[in-house]
Amino acid sequence: MKDLKSQASRSTTPGKGGLTPEIQSRIGHQLRAMYDDVVRQGVPDRFAELIKKLDAPGASPQLGEEGGSNDNNNGRD
Amino acid sequence: MPLTDSLRDDILAAVPSLRAFAISLSGNADRADDLVQETLLRALANIDSFQPGSNLPAWLFTILRNLFRSDYRKRRREVEDAEGNYAKTLKTQPSQNAHLEFEEFRTALEKLPQDQREALILVGASGFSYEDAASICGCAVGTIKSRVNRARSKLAALLYVDGAEDFGPDETVRAVIGGSGG
Repeated sequence: MKDLKSQASRSTTPGKGGLTPEIQSRIGHQLRAMYDDVVRQGVPDRFAELIKKLDAPGASPQLGEEGGSNDNNNGRD
Repeated sequence: MPLTDSLRDDILAAVPSLRAFAISLSGNADRADDLVQETLLRALANIDSFQPGSNLPAWLFTILRNLFRSDYRKRRREVEDAEGNYAKTLKTQPSQNAHLEFEEFRTALEKLPQDQREALILVGASGFSYEDAASICGCAVGTIKSRVNRARSKLAALLYVDGAEDFGPDETVRAVIGGSGG
């Protein structure tokens, strides 16, 4: 940590938000490592089955949307 | 559009990153999977409103985010005390270990305001453009940019900036931002 501190204080070229490139890339790396850890787990069976089931002819989603789809606020534009 | 095989495959392909997003938002794997399940049900129920050729992951992320937000508002009342503890832990200076552990990073991430956390994850981990992230969060592109920058500064202050004995994280952030203001 001492190293990082001295790097941080002597760097004269802070990037976006005033952060040094070192710290920015360190944050980015940690963030993606955490995220990709979950992504690598793939699709759990429960979701694969759910989509298969709902796709079957005659199947109807449990969640009827009688009131339209406005509340999802998507598909706009 | 109708639920074609290829659309179904595309939805399935988005599930791993939907889960990652949900876990980053909620900090809880079980709750995250419930969120993903509800997102899929909503998406399939509203599949007619999906515009062919538009960004499917962004559409799904929008649904998940909206579900999380409404769920969060509901739960907030139930867990107000727990939320109050967040403020307290914010004042605790982070331990400066030589090596930064996953958990430490995750903890710091959870201390960010929700707006900043989701913006940072969408842009920094999910790989969305600022424009897509703005559309997912229903705000302006400039707002997303400033949230991402504030999130990074705050994380840096919590995790990497030494000398926290001298001034707290918030002052650090202000000092860092002020330094670039010109």
